[in-house]
Amino acid sequence: MVQTGTDRVKRGMAEMQKGGVIMDVVNAEQAKIAEEAGAVAVMALERVPADIRAAGGVARMADPTIVEEVINAVSIPVMAKARIGHIVEARILEALGADYIDESEVLTPADEVFHLNKRDFTVPFVCGARDLGEATRRIGEGASMLRTKGEPGTGNIVEAVRHMRLIQSQVKKVVGMSEDELMTEAKNLGAPYEILLQIKREGRLPVVNFAAGGVASPADAALMMELGADGVFVGSGIFKSDNPEKFARAIVEATTHYQDYDLIAKLSKGLGTAMKGVEISSLQPSERMQDRGW
Amino acid sequence: MVTVGILALQGAIREHARALEASGANVKIIKRIEDLEDIDGLVVPGGESTTMRRLIDKYEMFKPLQDFAKTGKPVFGTCAGLILMAREIIGQEQGHLEVMDMKVHRNGFGRQRESFEVPLTVKGLEGEGDYIGVFIRAPYIDSVGPGVEELATFQDRIVAARQGRFLCCAFHPELTDDHRMHGYFVGMVEESKKTFA
Repeated sequence: MVQTGTDRVKRGMAEMQKGGVIMDVVNAEQAKIAEEAGAVAVMALERVPADIRAAGGVARMADPTIVEEVINAVSIPVMAKARIGHIVEARILEALGADYIDESEVLTPADEVFHLNKRDFTVPFVCGARDLGEATRRIGEGASMLRTKGEPGTGNIVEAVRHMRLIQSQVKKVVGMSEDELMTEAKNLGAPYEILLQIKREGRLPVVNFAAGGVASPADAALMMELGADGVFVGSGIFKSDNPEKFARAIVEATTHYQDYDLIAKLSKGLGTAMKGVEISSLQPSERMQDRGW
Repeated sequence: MVTVGILALQGAIREHARALEASGANVKIIKRIEDLEDIDGLVVPGGESTTMRRLIDKYEMFKPLQDFAKTGKPVFGTCAGLILMAREIIGQEQGHLEVMDMKVHRNGFGRQRESFEVPLTVKGLEGEGDYIGVFIRAPYIDSVGPGVEELATFQDRIVAARQGRFLCCAFHPELTDDHRMHGYFVGMVEESKKTFA
């Protein structure tokens, strides 16, 4: 019997992306640059996070025309963002043929209480997380891939580092615990017990975990790989830099060979100016995207 | 014991390593040209074929990989790896490594939402109709030359094939706990090593 949308098929798709870079693009031309540079997938959206920050107002799913344009332009998988809890935006993206949906805090949440029940969909989802509680709640709802939230559109890696380190250390703690300690840990983390049990038994998260939210240079991408990320999302970093083609290629290479420092030194030369960064403490609480969702 | 390399530029590497080790092989991760020395066989894993080809070119591994295939040592390509091995790709002017005489259709089964798993019968593996093939934006083999043996089909499309020391499949044997495909390949590598000894 043929089965679509199984956990294996949804999670497996993310497994194929490992060691790669997923790039935010806003049109077909950028999508082609990303593909040419070696991106494993592109994220089609109306504005990159830095521009969403600058524009203010309500950020929604991209115009379907953009998503279709990008799907037609490249042969690599195309992802797209839906607002947290926005069932219909997600259904529209699924109908358009998006290969992965990011239920994303970069957009203005549509629901402040409930995330999507992602098990209802055939298309797989990626969700952001700051700690293991959040990560496992999303897996419980059916997310097939995780990424750190970081602080999108800032070009500042500090939050992504914080989230990746925290999740890794919490996974290690769970793996090292005895099973009779797990229920209390589940209570403390706000995590589904069964998923902690699975993490303990397998020794790792059951889904792929990428880094996202603040990656602005090849060195940032390599740093996140060093800290245990399975791959990297780059949002504003590429097309907000002086030379996107060169920048995109450098980030892909730095991700593949994240421990080859001679190479990363070489490819970091003469890249021009990276995006201008934002100091996290200068953000108003209402400007912090990572606090959206729970 | 044989040593099998896994081309590790991008994609599902850890899963292949686990399946190969469970099938009794040593595993070597291949990131550069010099890593290709001292291996008895090579796995070209699933991932994004476009991305993998760019990285292969970038690190000047194209020729060494073709040369490796010519040495007579076995190569196993899964999903994107199958595409890299094909002589002809529909809609593209050129193939990549072009080591298997077959024409393939990239993403032939559709996009992610059309991706599926299904029980298959694979020739050469024990059991019938009990091998779960996991197809993710998978290609299929449109047609094969005379020297290529079909090992499995789904909806009349060829999804696994062998040509002498080259093995390929459109599905992902590394994503299940059933290691029969890897066992089959390790068997090929053991056979080949005898002739090299």
